[in-house]
Amino acid sequence: MDVREGLLYTDEHEWLRVEGETGVVGITAYAADQLGDVVFVELPQVGRTLERAEAFGVVESVKAVSDLFSPVGGQVLEVNEALAAHPELLNSDPYGEGWIIRLRIADEGATTELKDAAAYRALIGA
Amino acid sequence: MRATALLERHRARGARLVEFAGWEMPVQYRGILEEHRAVRERAGVFDLSHMGELHVTGREAAAALAYALVTDPPALAVGRAHYSMICAPDGGVIDDLIVYRLAPEHFLIVANAGNAAVVADELRVRLAGFEAALDDASLRTSLVAIQGPRAAGVLAPLTDVALDALRYYAIAEGRVAGHAALVARTGYTGEDGFECFVAWDEGPALFDALLAAGAAADVLPAGLGARDTLRLEAGMPLYGNELDRATTPFDAGLGRIVKFSKAGDFVGRAALEAAQARGRTKALVGLIVRGRGIARHGYPLYRDAASGAACGLVTSGTQSPTLGVPIAMAYVPPDAAAPGTMLQVAIREARVPVEVVALPFYRRPT
Repeated sequence: MDVREGLLYTDEHEWLRVEGETGVVGITAYAADQLGDVVFVELPQVGRTLERAEAFGVVESVKAVSDLFSPVGGQVLEVNEALAAHPELLNSDPYGEGWIIRLRIADEGATTELKDAAAYRALIGA
Repeated sequence: MRATALLERHRARGARLVEFAGWEMPVQYRGILEEHRAVRERAGVFDLSHMGELHVTGREAAAALAYALVTDPPALAVGRAHYSMICAPDGGVIDDLIVYRLAPEHFLIVANAGNAAVVADELRVRLAGFEAALDDASLRTSLVAIQGPRAAGVLAPLTDVALDALRYYAIAEGRVAGHAALVARTGYTGEDGFECFVAWDEGPALFDALLAAGAAADVLPAGLGARDTLRLEAGMPLYGNELDRATTPFDAGLGRIVKFSKAGDFVGRAALEAAQARGRTKALVGLIVRGRGIARHGYPLYRDAASGAACGLVTSGTQSPTLGVPIAMAYVPPDAAAPGTMLQVAIREARVPVEVVALPFYRRPT
């Protein structure tokens, strides 16, 4: 299962790529595989402020509904509008075109509670 | 948890296995959407060995089933089948079934996996006054289906059964890939297709043979996930979702299968006659979501955005792979069942408009 170096991970299978003061959030390849074919993504409003671990959206596959949890606190700067028409990007390119939101990270210190790639690999037994 | 004879085949093909009705079954191999499309466009091969196969034999087998079920099995010609139900005395549905007449005094009843034991127990009681015997062959029978427009073309070279002469809802005895089999032109996908009953141990070889024969046509193994989206598009009820003990055949829009005209009493007759006379209190409808989100099993329905009390309940829902829109089946009040009626479904915190539409959502091109 694809786990990328340089990203930070939650126990709920989101990833965070820190880019200066902002961060990009998506779900891991493992999560996408577990969900199966994603057919709908509910995105938050741009400008909304999220607490760490707050549910900010929903991913629906053919069979399942799954909440999305923010890896860090912050303000939503951007959402991936392409997912409205192409939710399958979460399956085909979960670390790239399938990104979900971009945040302004409220407290960079909070990222220390996230897992690195090795720890996430251990979590999923990869 | 029980396993079918094909479990290792599923593992070898990379299936994701889940518990379903006490059985370890493949929900998908490569993906539900891909398998769904394979069945609509080409064909898919399904392991349905978890289903219950109950044989009823004896001089009074037909009369016994006329008493036990709501349909009229004595009217079935040998080699034909019909969709049936076994109801409780109060008219509630215990299970929906396919009844095949294999010989004048031999019927095969296929029950849902989760209900097979209950149906067998109930039939034993109902058959007691008749010269008829029940044999539960569920654990001696593998059931492998091939469904889709290419099914006949793939199966034909493997079998001595004359598929051209085998009508929809017909069954014939023969051989498939060298295995003694009953071949039925039945299914649960809305496509043409066949269900092959063989001895338990011969299921894996049959599965392999169908997939090998279908490889050139890109026939895929298909799991229970695709089976569910396929049957939902075809407007077919699933026991536990659209059918249960609190539901009559009339509620489900399937009252036509109840044969009040047949001779003699049958279990549920009085209650079902009363149910028909008073009219239904709920109606099964199709819904298309006219907003964002998927209306799923258990989501409440409202008459309008402001109303506080739910008027109905979604029984099954998914994103339709064929139509590309979210579809659902639901029970609603009869006065809200006309196609074109707009209702609201609660999806998490939002109320989303849904439109009542005629079932099925999908009908295969003829």
